[in-house]
Amino acid sequence: MNALEIKNLNKTYPDFKLDNLNLTLPSGCIMGLIGENGAGKSTTVRLILNMIRKDSGSITILGRSHECKIELTKEEVGVVMDEVGIPECLTVKQVEKIMKNTFRSWDENEFRRLINKLSIPENKQFKDFSRGMKMKLGTAIAMSHNSKLLILDEATSGLDPVVRDEVVEMFNDFTRDENHSILISSHIVSDLEKLCDYIAFLHKGKLLLCEEKDKLLSEYGLIHCTAEALQSLPEGAVRFKKENPYGAKAMVLRSKVPASINICPISIEELFVFMVKEAG
Amino acid sequence: MNILIDNKSGAPIYDQIYSQIKNQIIGGVLKEDEMLPSIRGLAKDLRISFITTKRAYEELEKDGFIYTLPGKGCYVAPKNMELLREENLKKIENNIDEIVKLAAVCNLTKQDIIEMVNFSLEEQE
Repeated sequence: MNALEIKNLNKTYPDFKLDNLNLTLPSGCIMGLIGENGAGKSTTVRLILNMIRKDSGSITILGRSHECKIELTKEEVGVVMDEVGIPECLTVKQVEKIMKNTFRSWDENEFRRLINKLSIPENKQFKDFSRGMKMKLGTAIAMSHNSKLLILDEATSGLDPVVRDEVVEMFNDFTRDENHSILISSHIVSDLEKLCDYIAFLHKGKLLLCEEKDKLLSEYGLIHCTAEALQSLPEGAVRFKKENPYGAKAMVLRSKVPASINICPISIEELFVFMVKEAG
Repeated sequence: MNILIDNKSGAPIYDQIYSQIKNQIIGGVLKEDEMLPSIRGLAKDLRISFITTKRAYEELEKDGFIYTLPGKGCYVAPKNMELLREENLKKIENNIDEIVKLAAVCNLTKQDIIEMVNFSLEEQE
């Protein structure tokens, strides 16, 4: 089964267009959505959750259309957006009480465990939380009602590297269960590189690619050589290049480069930047 | 069982898992009919994609090193001498590929390589 299926999704704003988006997230997998500011990541997430209306296309979450009984679907979907919307004067204990009466499947013990694990202060009011604390509380809530799908929009931004690593590990552990899936968008590509099974690149409302992460890393590579050496490579080998007066750096398809040339591994971040520049 | 993943080495990760498990089977570290970690568990413990571990296991099964009991898990297959020979032949081929690659970098001719091989063979005798 697929946790999430998006078909031919369109949404037009005066200055932005989400253009015929197709995405499939198989159950048990983690997909990372990467895109520059304004690429359409948050629009996509809002469309999935039926917070804004689509122009056309279809979205299926956990086997149900997103327009049919979304409140039931949301019982099984944990969401963390870039701002955690909790009334400022509440403490963790009060938030817990509200959530217990909001979600039918609220798991008190799991929430307690996460609060302790993430060392979230229990008696402070939400307005006195640091940004990191707020995100941690949002994450703890999202993971405490037996969710099958986590939708995370910039959930790791504002966290320090140590906490980010902890949170990424929590997400990783979450998908030990093969019925659990995650859709995560982030600017911090290195987090996604650590975490994801699939990577999708969004650019100006269009999907540039959606592929298995390790396949991408094994298909593409970087070479550092002289501009002349670059010229002599077979046609189609070089996908994008950067030249300076002393040499050149190029993103290449490993399969088309002669074996005698040394190819370095490429990071997802470099890959994304090169692909966006190639797309213009 | 030890599996060490090197992200910087440039070798595909599935291949690193494949060859490390394979070497431990051939070397006798993993015994016949011993149960291997689950595909998903291994992926999560190593913090890599489960598609990758799945692929490594599939290759191991295809090459006869492990077998799968549906619903139970993956196990080390009984050793097969024919397979070991095949394995060594494959290793030789890979090493020869490596030689050819390096020779191209050093601008060696075919004749140079053959001479070097002959020299090595004579030395062994």
